[in-house]
Amino acid sequence: MSDTPENRHRGGSAVRYILLSLGAVAFLFPFYYMVVGSLRGTTVGDLSAAVPSGLTGANYTAVNGAISLGRSLLNSGIMTIGVLVCTLVFGVLAGYALAQLRFRGKAAVFAALLLVQMIPFQLLTLPLYVLVVRDYGLGDNYLGMILPFAINSTAVFLFRQFFSQLPQSLFEAARIDGASELRILWQIALPMARPAVLTALLLTFIGPWNEFLWPFLVTKNADMQPLAVSLASFLSNLQGTVANPAGALLAGACVLAVPAVALFLLFQRHFTSTDIDSGVKG
Amino acid sequence: MSVNLQSAPAAVRDSAPARREGPRKARGRSRVGALFVSPYVLFLVVVFAVPLVYTVWISFHRFYFTAPGTDVDSPWVGLSNYKDVFTDPVVGRAFLNIVIFLVINVPLTVGVSLVLATALNAKIRGRAFFRAAFYLPYVTASVALVAVWQFLFGSDGFVNHLLGSHAPDPSWLVNSHLAMPMIAVFVTWKQLGFFVMLYLASLQNVGKELYEASAMDGAGRVRQFFSVTVPGVRPATTLVVIYAIITGANLFSEPYLLTGGGGPDHASTSPVLLMYQKGIEQGHPDFAAALGVVLVAFVMVVSLAARKLTERGN
Repeated sequence: MSDTPENRHRGGSAVRYILLSLGAVAFLFPFYYMVVGSLRGTTVGDLSAAVPSGLTGANYTAVNGAISLGRSLLNSGIMTIGVLVCTLVFGVLAGYALAQLRFRGKAAVFAALLLVQMIPFQLLTLPLYVLVVRDYGLGDNYLGMILPFAINSTAVFLFRQFFSQLPQSLFEAARIDGASELRILWQIALPMARPAVLTALLLTFIGPWNEFLWPFLVTKNADMQPLAVSLASFLSNLQGTVANPAGALLAGACVLAVPAVALFLLFQRHFTSTDIDSGVKG
Repeated sequence: MSVNLQSAPAAVRDSAPARREGPRKARGRSRVGALFVSPYVLFLVVVFAVPLVYTVWISFHRFYFTAPGTDVDSPWVGLSNYKDVFTDPVVGRAFLNIVIFLVINVPLTVGVSLVLATALNAKIRGRAFFRAAFYLPYVTASVALVAVWQFLFGSDGFVNHLLGSHAPDPSWLVNSHLAMPMIAVFVTWKQLGFFVMLYLASLQNVGKELYEASAMDGAGRVRQFFSVTVPGVRPATTLVVIYAIITGANLFSEPYLLTGGGGPDHASTSPVLLMYQKGIEQGHPDFAAALGVVLVAFVMVVSLAARKLTERGN
Protein backbone atom coordinates (compact mmCIF):
# COMPACT_ATOMS: atom_id res chain seq x y z
CA MET A 1 0.00 0.00 0.00
CA SER A 2 1.55 3.28 -1.09
CA ASP A 3 1.47 5.96 1.54
CA THR A 4 0.79 9.04 -0.55
CA PRO A 5 -1.21 11.78 1.20
CA GLU A 6 -4.22 11.30 -1.11
CA ASN A 7 -4.38 7.59 -0.44
CA ARG A 8 -4.14 8.11 3.27
CA HIS A 9 -6.82 10.72 3.07
CA ARG A 10 -9.16 8.44 1.15
CA GLY A 11 -8.50 5.51 3.49
CA GLY A 12 -9.08 7.70 6.54
CA SER A 13 -12.34 9.02 5.19
CA ALA A 14 -13.66 5.50 4.51
CA VAL A 15 -12.81 4.45 8.06
CA ARG A 16 -14.50 7.62 9.27
CA TYR A 17 -17.72 6.79 7.46
CA ILE A 18 -17.73 3.17 8.58
CA LEU A 19 -17.28 4.21 12.22
CA LEU A 20 -19.94 6.92 12.04
CA SER A 21 -22.42 4.66 10.25
CA LEU A 22 -21.94 1.86 12.76
CA GLY A 23 -22.55 4.39 15.51
CA ALA A 24 -25.64 5.77 13.81
CA VAL A 25 -27.14 2.27 13.43
CA ALA A 26 -26.50 1.50 17.11
CA PHE A 27 -28.18 4.74 18.12
CA LEU A 28 -31.10 4.73 15.71
CA PHE A 29 -32.08 1.07 15.58
CA PRO A 30 -33.87 1.03 18.97
CA PHE A 31 -35.89 4.06 17.86
CA TYR A 32 -36.80 2.38 14.60
CA TYR A 33 -37.75 -0.78 16.49
CA MET A 34 -39.86 1.27 18.91
CA VAL A 35 -41.85 2.89 16.09
CA VAL A 36 -42.32 -0.30 14.05
CA GLY A 37 -43.18 -2.35 17.15
CA SER A 38 -45.77 0.21 18.22
CA LEU A 39 -47.56 -0.10 14.87
CA ARG A 40 -47.76 -3.89 14.52
CA GLY A 41 -50.88 -5.84 15.33
CA THR A 42 -49.01 -8.51 17.26
CA THR A 43 -45.68 -7.38 18.64
CA VAL A 44 -43.34 -10.21 19.51
CA GLY A 45 -39.60 -10.10 20.06
CA ASP A 46 -38.51 -12.19 17.08
CA LEU A 47 -36.62 -10.88 14.08
CA SER A 48 -39.78 -10.35 12.02
CA ALA A 49 -40.75 -7.54 14.43
CA ALA A 50 -38.23 -5.28 12.70
CA VAL A 51 -40.17 -5.53 9.45
CA PRO A 52 -43.13 -3.17 9.16
CA SER A 53 -46.16 -5.23 8.10
CA GLY A 54 -49.83 -5.32 9.05
CA LEU A 55 -49.57 -1.83 10.55
CA THR A 56 -52.33 -0.63 12.87
CA GLY A 57 -53.01 2.14 15.37
CA ALA A 58 -54.64 -0.31 17.80
CA ASN A 59 -51.72 -0.18 20.26
CA TYR A 60 -52.14 3.55 20.69
CA THR A 61 -55.83 3.08 21.43
CA ALA A 62 -55.00 0.31 23.89
CA VAL A 63 -52.41 2.27 25.86
CA ASN A 64 -54.70 5.28 25.82
CA GLY A 65 -57.42 3.10 27.37
CA ALA A 66 -55.09 1.88 30.12
CA ILE A 67 -53.39 5.11 31.20
CA SER A 68 -55.26 8.03 29.61
CA LEU A 69 -52.55 9.52 27.40
CA GLY A 70 -54.20 12.93 27.08
CA ARG A 71 -54.37 13.53 30.80
CA SER A 72 -50.78 12.31 31.34
CA LEU A 73 -49.50 14.48 28.52
CA LEU A 74 -51.31 17.46 30.01
CA ASN A 75 -49.65 16.80 33.39
CA SER A 76 -46.22 16.46 31.74
CA GLY A 77 -46.89 19.68 29.87
CA ILE A 78 -47.93 21.65 32.96
CA MET A 79 -44.93 20.44 34.92
CA THR A 80 -42.53 21.21 32.07
CA ILE A 81 -44.00 24.63 31.25
CA GLY A 82 -43.94 25.59 34.95
CA VAL A 83 -40.24 24.73 35.11
CA LEU A 84 -39.50 26.56 31.85
CA VAL A 85 -41.30 29.74 32.93
CA CYS A 86 -39.57 29.84 36.33
CA THR A 87 -36.17 29.12 34.80
CA LEU A 88 -36.66 31.76 32.13
CA VAL A 89 -37.88 34.51 34.46
CA PHE A 90 -35.78 33.92 37.58
CA GLY A 91 -32.84 32.29 35.78
CA VAL A 92 -32.37 35.19 33.36
CA LEU A 93 -32.53 37.67 36.27
CA ALA A 94 -29.94 35.70 38.23
CA GLY A 95 -27.72 35.11 35.20
CA TYR A 96 -27.78 38.81 34.30
CA ALA A 97 -26.99 39.87 37.88
CA LEU A 98 -24.11 37.39 38.09
CA ALA A 99 -22.70 38.59 34.78
CA GLN A 100 -23.22 42.35 34.78
CA LEU A 101 -24.03 43.67 38.26
CA ARG A 102 -22.00 44.07 41.41
CA PHE A 103 -23.55 43.09 44.71
CA ARG A 104 -22.58 41.67 48.03
CA GLY A 105 -22.34 37.86 48.13
CA LYS A 106 -22.01 37.53 44.36
CA ALA A 107 -18.97 35.26 44.60
CA ALA A 108 -20.76 33.06 47.14
CA VAL A 109 -23.84 32.70 44.90
CA PHE A 110 -21.66 31.77 41.94
CA ALA A 111 -19.76 29.21 44.04
CA ALA A 112 -23.09 27.73 45.19
CA LEU A 113 -24.25 27.55 41.57
CA LEU A 114 -21.19 25.49 40.62
CA LEU A 115 -21.41 23.31 43.72
CA VAL A 116 -25.08 22.48 43.26
CA GLN A 117 -24.34 20.89 39.91
CA MET A 118 -22.06 18.42 41.67
CA ILE A 119 -24.57 17.22 44.28
CA PRO A 120 -26.35 14.03 43.27
CA PHE A 121 -29.88 15.39 43.13
CA GLN A 122 -31.61 12.07 43.79
CA LEU A 123 -29.96 12.10 47.17
CA LEU A 124 -32.11 15.05 48.17
CA THR A 125 -35.31 13.36 47.08
CA LEU A 126 -35.94 11.73 50.45
CA PRO A 127 -35.75 14.87 52.64
CA LEU A 128 -37.50 16.82 49.88
CA TYR A 129 -40.22 14.20 49.88
CA VAL A 130 -40.60 14.55 53.64
CA LEU A 131 -40.73 18.36 53.38
CA VAL A 132 -42.87 18.75 50.26
CA VAL A 133 -45.32 15.87 50.66
CA ARG A 134 -45.50 15.35 54.43
CA ASP A 135 -44.88 18.84 55.83
CA TYR A 136 -46.27 21.14 53.14
CA GLY A 137 -48.97 18.74 51.94
CA LEU A 138 -48.05 19.27 48.29
CA GLY A 139 -48.47 15.64 47.18
CA ASP A 140 -50.50 15.27 43.98
CA ASN A 141 -50.03 18.97 43.36
CA TYR A 142 -48.41 20.72 40.38
CA LEU A 143 -46.50 23.08 42.66
CA GLY A 144 -44.96 20.12 44.46
CA MET A 145 -44.02 18.52 41.13
CA ILE A 146 -42.36 21.69 39.84
CA LEU A 147 -40.59 22.92 42.99
CA PRO A 148 -37.34 20.88 42.94
CA PHE A 149 -36.69 21.79 39.28
CA ALA A 150 -38.11 25.32 39.35
CA ILE A 151 -34.84 27.06 38.48
CA ASN A 152 -32.38 25.05 36.42
CA SER A 153 -28.84 25.86 37.60
CA THR A 154 -27.25 24.79 34.32
CA ALA A 155 -29.50 27.29 32.53
CA VAL A 156 -28.55 30.05 35.00
CA PHE A 157 -24.92 29.25 34.25
CA LEU A 158 -25.52 29.40 30.49
CA PHE A 159 -27.31 32.77 30.83
CA ARG A 160 -24.47 34.12 32.95
CA GLN A 161 -21.87 32.96 30.44
CA PHE A 162 -23.73 34.58 27.61
CA PHE A 163 -24.44 37.89 29.34
CA SER A 164 -20.75 38.12 30.34
CA GLN A 165 -19.76 38.05 26.68
CA LEU A 166 -21.83 41.12 25.81
CA PRO A 167 -19.75 44.33 25.77
CA GLN A 168 -19.95 46.39 28.95
CA SER A 169 -20.00 49.65 26.99
CA LEU A 170 -23.45 48.78 25.66
CA PHE A 171 -24.88 48.65 29.15
CA GLU A 172 -22.98 51.69 30.39
CA ALA A 173 -24.50 53.79 27.63
CA ALA A 174 -27.99 52.73 28.59
CA ARG A 175 -27.31 53.36 32.27
CA ILE A 176 -26.08 56.87 31.51
CA ASP A 177 -29.34 57.39 29.62
CA GLY A 178 -31.04 56.50 32.89
CA ALA A 179 -32.49 53.12 31.95
CA SER A 180 -33.24 50.78 34.83
CA GLU A 181 -31.46 47.44 35.01
CA LEU A 182 -34.72 45.63 34.34
CA ARG A 183 -35.24 47.69 31.21
CA ILE A 184 -31.64 47.12 30.05
CA LEU A 185 -32.08 43.41 30.61
CA TRP A 186 -35.40 43.26 28.80
CA GLN A 187 -34.66 45.58 25.88
CA ILE A 188 -30.95 45.16 25.26
CA ALA A 189 -29.49 42.02 26.82
CA LEU A 190 -32.31 39.55 26.28
CA PRO A 191 -32.85 40.16 22.55
CA MET A 192 -29.12 39.65 21.99
CA ALA A 193 -29.10 36.49 24.06
CA ARG A 194 -31.73 34.69 21.99
CA PRO A 195 -29.45 31.77 20.98
CA ALA A 196 -28.41 31.21 24.61
CA VAL A 197 -32.03 31.38 25.74
CA LEU A 198 -33.01 28.81 23.13
CA THR A 199 -30.21 26.43 24.13
CA ALA A 200 -31.00 26.83 27.81
CA LEU A 201 -34.71 26.20 27.22
CA LEU A 202 -33.97 23.05 25.21
CA LEU A 203 -31.64 21.78 27.93
CA THR A 204 -34.19 22.65 30.61
CA PHE A 205 -37.08 21.05 28.72
CA ILE A 206 -35.44 17.62 28.69
CA GLY A 207 -35.23 17.45 32.49
CA PRO A 208 -38.84 17.77 33.70
CA TRP A 209 -40.31 16.12 30.59
CA ASN A 210 -38.19 13.00 31.09
CA GLU A 211 -38.01 13.04 34.91
CA PHE A 212 -39.27 9.92 36.61
CA LEU A 213 -38.29 9.54 40.28
CA TRP A 214 -39.60 12.83 41.67
CA PRO A 215 -43.07 12.86 40.09
CA PHE A 216 -43.27 9.13 40.84
CA LEU A 217 -42.86 9.94 44.56
CA VAL A 218 -45.10 13.00 44.58
CA THR A 219 -48.05 11.73 42.55
CA LYS A 220 -50.13 8.85 43.84
CA ASN A 221 -53.29 9.87 42.00
CA ALA A 222 -53.21 8.54 38.41
CA ASP A 223 -54.95 11.73 37.20
CA MET A 224 -51.97 13.80 38.32
CA GLN A 225 -49.19 11.61 36.96
CA PRO A 226 -47.04 12.81 34.07
CA LEU A 227 -46.58 10.43 31.17
CA ALA A 228 -43.20 9.04 32.30
CA VAL A 229 -44.81 7.91 35.58
CA SER A 230 -47.98 6.52 33.98
CA LEU A 231 -45.92 4.64 31.44
CA ALA A 232 -43.68 3.19 34.15
CA SER A 233 -46.72 1.96 36.07
CA PHE A 234 -48.06 0.46 32.85
CA LEU A 235 -44.67 -1.23 32.39
CA SER A 236 -44.67 -2.73 35.87
CA ASN A 237 -48.34 -3.59 36.58
CA LEU A 238 -50.84 -2.88 33.87
CA GLN A 239 -49.47 -4.82 30.92
CA GLY A 240 -51.87 -7.70 31.47
CA THR A 241 -54.87 -5.47 30.80
CA VAL A 242 -54.29 -5.14 27.05
CA ALA A 243 -54.24 -7.63 24.19
CA ASN A 244 -50.80 -6.70 22.82
CA PRO A 245 -48.84 -5.46 25.86
CA ALA A 246 -45.46 -5.02 24.15
CA GLY A 247 -47.02 -3.05 21.32
CA ALA A 248 -49.01 -0.86 23.71
CA LEU A 249 -45.89 -0.20 25.79
CA LEU A 250 -43.91 0.80 22.71
CA ALA A 251 -46.80 3.03 21.59
CA GLY A 252 -46.68 4.81 24.96
CA ALA A 253 -42.89 5.09 24.67
CA CYS A 254 -43.32 6.73 21.25
CA VAL A 255 -45.75 9.30 22.65
CA LEU A 256 -43.32 10.11 25.47
CA ALA A 257 -40.31 10.30 23.15
CA VAL A 258 -41.80 12.28 20.25
CA PRO A 259 -42.16 15.77 21.82
CA ALA A 260 -38.56 15.92 23.09
CA VAL A 261 -37.14 14.43 19.91
CA ALA A 262 -39.23 16.75 17.70
CA LEU A 263 -38.16 19.85 19.62
CA PHE A 264 -34.55 18.78 19.47
CA LEU A 265 -34.67 18.14 15.71
CA LEU A 266 -36.47 21.46 15.12
CA PHE A 267 -33.96 23.51 17.06
CA GLN A 268 -30.81 21.45 16.68
CA ARG A 269 -29.28 24.10 14.38
CA HIS A 270 -29.14 26.38 17.42
CA PHE A 271 -28.05 23.60 19.70
CA THR A 272 -24.34 23.55 19.00
CA SER A 273 -21.52 21.72 20.66
CA THR A 274 -19.92 24.99 21.72
CA ASP A 275 -22.97 25.81 23.82
CA ILE A 276 -22.67 22.52 25.62
CA ASP A 277 -18.98 23.11 26.09
CA SER A 278 -19.49 26.52 27.66
CA GLY A 279 -22.36 25.05 29.65
CA VAL A 280 -20.14 22.58 31.41
CA LYS A 281 -16.83 24.26 31.87
CA GLY A 282 -17.08 28.01 31.40
CA MET B 1 -29.93 53.11 21.86
CA SER B 2 -32.28 55.67 23.29
CA VAL B 3 -34.46 54.85 26.25
CA ASN B 4 -37.35 57.14 27.02
CA LEU B 5 -37.28 57.65 30.75
CA GLN B 6 -40.58 59.51 30.85
CA SER B 7 -42.59 56.57 29.60
CA ALA B 8 -41.02 54.18 32.13
CA PRO B 9 -43.36 53.18 34.97
CA ALA B 10 -42.64 54.78 38.33
CA ALA B 11 -41.37 51.62 39.96
CA VAL B 12 -38.88 51.05 37.19
CA ARG B 13 -37.69 54.66 37.34
CA ASP B 14 -37.15 54.45 41.10
CA SER B 15 -34.85 51.50 40.81
CA ALA B 16 -32.57 53.44 38.48
CA PRO B 17 -30.83 56.04 40.64
CA ALA B 18 -27.85 56.17 38.30
CA ARG B 19 -28.52 59.74 37.24
CA ARG B 20 -29.09 61.28 40.64
CA GLU B 21 -25.79 61.33 42.46
CA GLY B 22 -22.41 59.70 42.11
CA PRO B 23 -21.88 57.79 45.40
CA ARG B 24 -25.38 56.33 45.44
CA LYS B 25 -24.91 54.86 41.99
CA ALA B 26 -22.91 51.84 43.08
CA ARG B 27 -25.08 51.19 46.11
CA GLY B 28 -28.31 51.39 44.18
CA ARG B 29 -27.03 49.02 41.56
CA SER B 30 -25.84 46.58 44.19
CA ARG B 31 -29.35 46.46 45.59
CA VAL B 32 -30.72 45.64 42.16
CA GLY B 33 -28.20 42.82 41.71
CA ALA B 34 -29.10 41.25 45.04
CA LEU B 35 -32.79 41.65 44.20
CA PHE B 36 -32.38 39.96 40.82
CA VAL B 37 -30.53 37.01 42.29
CA SER B 38 -32.73 36.59 45.36
CA PRO B 39 -35.35 34.19 43.88
CA TYR B 40 -32.53 31.90 42.79
CA VAL B 41 -30.88 32.08 46.21
CA LEU B 42 -34.21 31.28 47.85
CA PHE B 43 -34.56 28.31 45.50
CA LEU B 44 -31.07 27.04 46.41
CA VAL B 45 -31.88 27.31 50.10
CA VAL B 46 -35.27 25.58 49.87
CA VAL B 47 -34.32 22.85 47.42
CA PHE B 48 -30.67 22.18 48.31
CA ALA B 49 -29.46 23.62 51.61
CA VAL B 50 -32.48 22.81 53.82
CA PRO B 51 -32.93 19.21 52.55
CA LEU B 52 -29.19 18.60 52.84
CA VAL B 53 -29.12 19.72 56.48
CA TYR B 54 -32.41 17.89 57.10
CA THR B 55 -30.96 14.59 55.80
CA VAL B 56 -28.06 14.85 58.21
CA TRP B 57 -30.47 15.66 61.07
CA ILE B 58 -32.78 12.73 60.24
CA SER B 59 -29.81 10.36 59.98
CA PHE B 60 -29.02 10.91 63.70
CA HIS B 61 -32.61 10.43 64.91
CA ARG B 62 -35.24 7.70 65.03
CA PHE B 63 -37.58 9.18 62.43
CA TYR B 64 -41.10 8.19 61.39
CA PHE B 65 -43.34 9.42 58.60
CA THR B 66 -46.31 11.24 60.05
CA ALA B 67 -49.43 12.76 58.61
CA PRO B 68 -49.22 16.55 58.19
CA GLY B 69 -49.88 18.29 61.51
CA THR B 70 -49.25 15.37 63.84
CA ASP B 71 -46.33 15.60 66.23
CA VAL B 72 -44.31 12.48 66.88
CA ASP B 73 -41.07 12.42 68.85
CA SER B 74 -37.89 11.84 66.89
CA PRO B 75 -35.41 10.79 69.58
CA TRP B 76 -31.67 11.22 69.06
CA VAL B 77 -30.07 7.84 68.37
CA GLY B 78 -26.48 8.81 67.60
CA LEU B 79 -24.76 6.57 65.08
CA SER B 80 -27.32 3.77 65.31
CA ASN B 81 -28.68 4.39 61.79
CA TYR B 82 -25.16 4.45 60.41
CA LYS B 83 -24.42 1.16 62.16
CA ASP B 84 -27.48 -0.36 60.47
CA VAL B 85 -26.32 0.96 57.11
CA PHE B 86 -22.81 -0.42 57.45
CA THR B 87 -23.94 -3.85 58.64
CA ASP B 88 -26.56 -4.31 55.90
CA PRO B 89 -25.10 -6.59 53.19
CA VAL B 90 -27.47 -5.15 50.58
CA VAL B 91 -25.87 -1.71 51.09
CA GLY B 92 -22.46 -3.20 50.35
CA ARG B 93 -23.88 -4.83 47.24
CA ALA B 94 -25.41 -1.52 46.11
CA PHE B 95 -22.07 0.29 46.41
CA LEU B 96 -20.27 -2.58 44.67
CA ASN B 97 -22.83 -2.17 41.88
CA ILE B 98 -21.84 1.50 41.43
CA VAL B 99 -18.22 0.38 41.17
CA ILE B 100 -19.20 -2.19 38.51
CA PHE B 101 -21.14 0.57 36.77
CA LEU B 102 -18.11 2.91 36.74
CA VAL B 103 -15.66 0.21 35.65
CA ILE B 104 -17.81 -0.47 32.55
CA ASN B 105 -19.26 2.98 31.91
CA VAL B 106 -16.13 5.16 32.10
CA PRO B 107 -13.78 3.32 29.69
CA LEU B 108 -16.66 2.61 27.29
CA THR B 109 -17.83 6.23 27.31
CA VAL B 110 -14.33 7.70 26.95
CA GLY B 111 -13.31 5.23 24.24
CA VAL B 112 -16.40 5.20 22.04
CA SER B 113 -17.29 8.89 22.33
CA LEU B 114 -13.71 10.01 21.65
CA VAL B 115 -13.47 7.76 18.57
CA LEU B 116 -16.85 8.98 17.26
CA ALA B 117 -15.99 12.62 17.98
CA THR B 118 -12.65 12.27 16.19
CA ALA B 119 -14.42 10.71 13.20
CA LEU B 120 -16.99 13.51 13.25
CA ASN B 121 -14.36 16.26 13.54
CA ALA B 122 -13.99 17.03 9.83
CA LYS B 123 -15.96 18.64 7.05
CA ILE B 124 -17.83 15.56 5.95
CA ARG B 125 -21.11 14.87 4.26
CA GLY B 126 -23.99 14.10 6.64
CA ARG B 127 -22.29 15.60 9.69
CA ALA B 128 -25.55 17.10 10.97
CA PHE B 129 -27.32 13.77 10.52
CA PHE B 130 -24.71 11.85 12.52
CA ARG B 131 -24.69 14.46 15.27
CA ALA B 132 -28.47 14.30 15.58
CA ALA B 133 -28.43 10.49 15.54
CA PHE B 134 -25.90 10.29 18.37
CA TYR B 135 -27.76 12.87 20.43
CA LEU B 136 -31.20 11.31 20.09
CA PRO B 137 -31.06 8.87 23.06
CA TYR B 138 -29.76 11.67 25.29
CA VAL B 139 -32.87 13.80 24.76
CA THR B 140 -35.27 10.85 25.10
CA ALA B 141 -36.83 9.82 28.40
CA SER B 142 -35.25 6.86 30.20
CA VAL B 143 -38.69 5.35 30.73
CA ALA B 144 -39.36 5.25 26.96
CA LEU B 145 -35.94 3.78 26.19
CA VAL B 146 -36.21 1.22 28.98
CA ALA B 147 -39.41 -0.03 27.33
CA VAL B 148 -37.51 -0.64 24.08
CA TRP B 149 -34.52 -2.25 25.77
CA GLN B 150 -36.74 -4.64 27.73
CA PHE B 151 -38.17 -5.64 24.42
CA LEU B 152 -34.77 -5.95 22.71
CA PHE B 153 -33.07 -7.84 25.55
CA GLY B 154 -36.00 -9.79 27.04
CA SER B 155 -35.80 -13.61 27.20
CA ASP B 156 -37.82 -13.82 23.99
CA GLY B 157 -36.42 -10.59 22.61
CA PHE B 158 -34.78 -9.49 19.39
CA VAL B 159 -31.18 -9.94 20.56
CA ASN B 160 -31.75 -13.48 21.80
CA HIS B 161 -33.43 -14.40 18.53
CA LEU B 162 -30.39 -13.02 16.76
CA LEU B 163 -27.99 -14.99 18.96
CA GLY B 164 -29.99 -18.23 18.85
CA SER B 165 -28.28 -20.85 21.03
CA HIS B 166 -25.57 -18.36 22.06
CA ALA B 167 -28.09 -16.36 24.07
CA PRO B 168 -27.24 -16.17 27.78
CA ASP B 169 -29.30 -18.23 30.19
CA PRO B 170 -30.88 -16.80 32.32
CA SER B 171 -31.44 -13.93 29.90
CA TRP B 172 -29.69 -10.52 30.04
CA LEU B 173 -31.91 -8.56 32.39
CA VAL B 174 -32.68 -11.36 34.86
CA ASN B 175 -29.16 -12.78 35.01
CA SER B 176 -27.35 -11.94 38.26
CA HIS B 177 -24.01 -11.56 36.44
CA LEU B 178 -25.37 -9.53 33.55
CA ALA B 179 -28.02 -7.28 35.17
CA MET B 180 -25.61 -4.58 36.37
CA PRO B 181 -23.41 -4.63 33.23
CA MET B 182 -26.63 -4.26 31.18
CA ILE B 183 -27.52 -1.14 33.15
CA ALA B 184 -24.01 0.25 32.64
CA VAL B 185 -24.25 -0.39 28.88
CA PHE B 186 -27.76 1.09 28.69
CA VAL B 187 -26.69 4.30 30.46
CA THR B 188 -23.51 4.53 28.35
CA TRP B 189 -25.60 4.24 25.19
CA LYS B 190 -28.14 6.78 26.39
CA GLN B 191 -25.61 9.43 27.46
CA LEU B 192 -22.98 8.89 24.77
CA GLY B 193 -24.24 11.67 22.46
CA PHE B 194 -23.66 14.27 25.14
CA PHE B 195 -20.04 13.21 25.51
CA VAL B 196 -19.50 13.02 21.75
CA MET B 197 -20.53 16.71 21.65
CA LEU B 198 -18.30 17.50 24.60
CA TYR B 199 -15.28 15.90 22.94
CA LEU B 200 -16.17 17.52 19.64
CA ALA B 201 -16.02 20.94 21.29
CA SER B 202 -12.85 19.98 23.13
CA LEU B 203 -11.17 18.87 19.88
CA GLN B 204 -11.44 22.45 18.58
CA ASN B 205 -8.90 23.40 21.24
CA VAL B 206 -6.31 20.87 20.10
CA GLY B 207 -3.87 22.77 17.89
CA LYS B 208 -3.76 21.78 14.20
CA GLU B 209 -0.02 22.34 14.20
CA LEU B 210 0.37 19.43 16.61
CA TYR B 211 -1.22 17.12 14.04
CA GLU B 212 0.91 18.59 11.27
CA ALA B 213 4.10 18.26 13.28
CA SER B 214 3.37 14.67 14.24
CA ALA B 215 2.46 13.81 10.63
CA MET B 216 5.80 15.29 9.59
CA ASP B 217 7.47 12.99 12.10
CA GLY B 218 5.77 10.09 10.37
CA ALA B 219 3.02 9.36 12.88
CA GLY B 220 0.02 7.46 11.46
CA ARG B 221 -3.58 8.22 12.31
CA VAL B 222 -3.69 5.72 15.16
CA ARG B 223 -0.44 7.04 16.62
CA GLN B 224 -1.77 10.63 16.29
CA PHE B 225 -4.97 9.66 18.06
CA PHE B 226 -3.07 8.35 21.08
CA SER B 227 -0.26 10.89 21.29
CA VAL B 228 -2.04 14.09 20.19
CA THR B 229 -5.83 13.70 20.52
CA VAL B 230 -6.04 11.79 23.80
CA PRO B 231 -3.77 14.14 25.81
CA GLY B 232 -5.32 17.17 24.08
CA VAL B 233 -8.82 16.47 25.36
CA ARG B 234 -7.83 15.52 28.90
CA PRO B 235 -9.96 18.24 30.59
CA ALA B 236 -13.03 16.83 28.83
CA THR B 237 -12.08 13.33 29.99
CA THR B 238 -11.98 14.56 33.58
CA LEU B 239 -15.53 15.87 33.08
CA VAL B 240 -16.69 12.52 31.66
CA VAL B 241 -15.40 10.76 34.75
CA ILE B 242 -17.03 13.24 37.15
CA TYR B 243 -20.33 12.99 35.25
CA ALA B 244 -20.14 9.20 35.32
CA ILE B 245 -19.69 9.23 39.10
CA ILE B 246 -22.66 11.56 39.56
CA THR B 247 -24.77 9.44 37.19
CA GLY B 248 -23.77 6.29 39.08
CA ALA B 249 -24.71 7.90 42.38
CA ASN B 250 -28.08 8.96 40.92
CA LEU B 251 -29.08 5.64 39.33
CA PHE B 252 -32.70 4.85 40.02
CA SER B 253 -35.02 4.45 37.01
CA GLU B 254 -32.77 1.96 35.24
CA PRO B 255 -32.42 -0.61 38.05
CA TYR B 256 -36.03 0.00 39.10
CA LEU B 257 -37.56 -0.43 35.65
CA LEU B 258 -35.03 -2.16 33.41
CA THR B 259 -34.15 -4.96 35.81
CA GLY B 260 -37.45 -5.17 37.70
CA GLY B 261 -36.66 -3.48 41.04
CA GLY B 262 -32.95 -4.27 41.38
CA GLY B 263 -32.38 -7.56 39.61
CA PRO B 264 -32.06 -11.07 41.07
CA ASP B 265 -30.58 -11.00 44.62
CA HIS B 266 -30.01 -7.24 44.46
CA ALA B 267 -27.58 -7.81 41.59
CA SER B 268 -28.42 -4.38 40.17
CA THR B 269 -29.67 -2.53 43.25
CA SER B 270 -28.36 1.03 43.41
CA PRO B 271 -27.99 3.13 46.60
CA VAL B 272 -30.79 5.50 45.52
CA LEU B 273 -33.10 2.57 44.72
CA LEU B 274 -32.29 1.19 48.16
CA MET B 275 -33.05 4.58 49.72
CA TYR B 276 -36.44 4.46 48.03
CA GLN B 277 -37.15 0.88 49.08
CA LYS B 278 -35.97 1.26 52.68
CA GLY B 279 -37.14 4.82 53.21
CA ILE B 280 -40.48 4.99 51.50
CA GLU B 281 -41.66 1.44 50.75
CA GLN B 282 -40.58 -0.01 54.11
CA GLY B 283 -40.93 3.18 56.18
CA HIS B 284 -37.38 3.63 57.51
CA PRO B 285 -36.53 7.18 56.38
CA ASP B 286 -33.81 7.42 59.06
CA PHE B 287 -31.94 4.47 57.56
CA ALA B 288 -32.37 6.00 54.10
CA ALA B 289 -31.06 9.37 55.30
CA ALA B 290 -27.93 7.79 56.81
CA LEU B 291 -27.44 5.88 53.54
CA GLY B 292 -27.75 9.19 51.68
CA VAL B 293 -25.03 10.80 53.81
CA VAL B 294 -22.75 7.81 53.20
CA LEU B 295 -23.48 8.13 49.46
CA VAL B 296 -22.41 11.79 49.42
CA ALA B 297 -19.17 10.91 51.22
CA PHE B 298 -18.61 8.10 48.70
CA VAL B 299 -19.19 10.46 45.75
CA MET B 300 -16.76 13.02 47.15
CA VAL B 301 -13.99 10.51 47.81
CA VAL B 302 -14.36 8.82 44.41
CA SER B 303 -14.56 12.18 42.57
CA LEU B 304 -11.41 13.45 44.27
CA ALA B 305 -9.55 10.23 43.51
CA ALA B 306 -10.74 10.30 39.89
CA ARG B 307 -9.70 13.91 39.52
CA LYS B 308 -6.22 13.16 40.80
CA LEU B 309 -5.97 10.22 38.42
CA THR B 310 -7.21 11.92 35.24
CA GLU B 311 -5.38 15.18 35.82
CA ARG B 312 -2.11 13.44 36.53
CA GLY B 313 0.63 14.70 34.22
CA ASN B 314 -1.03 18.05 33.63
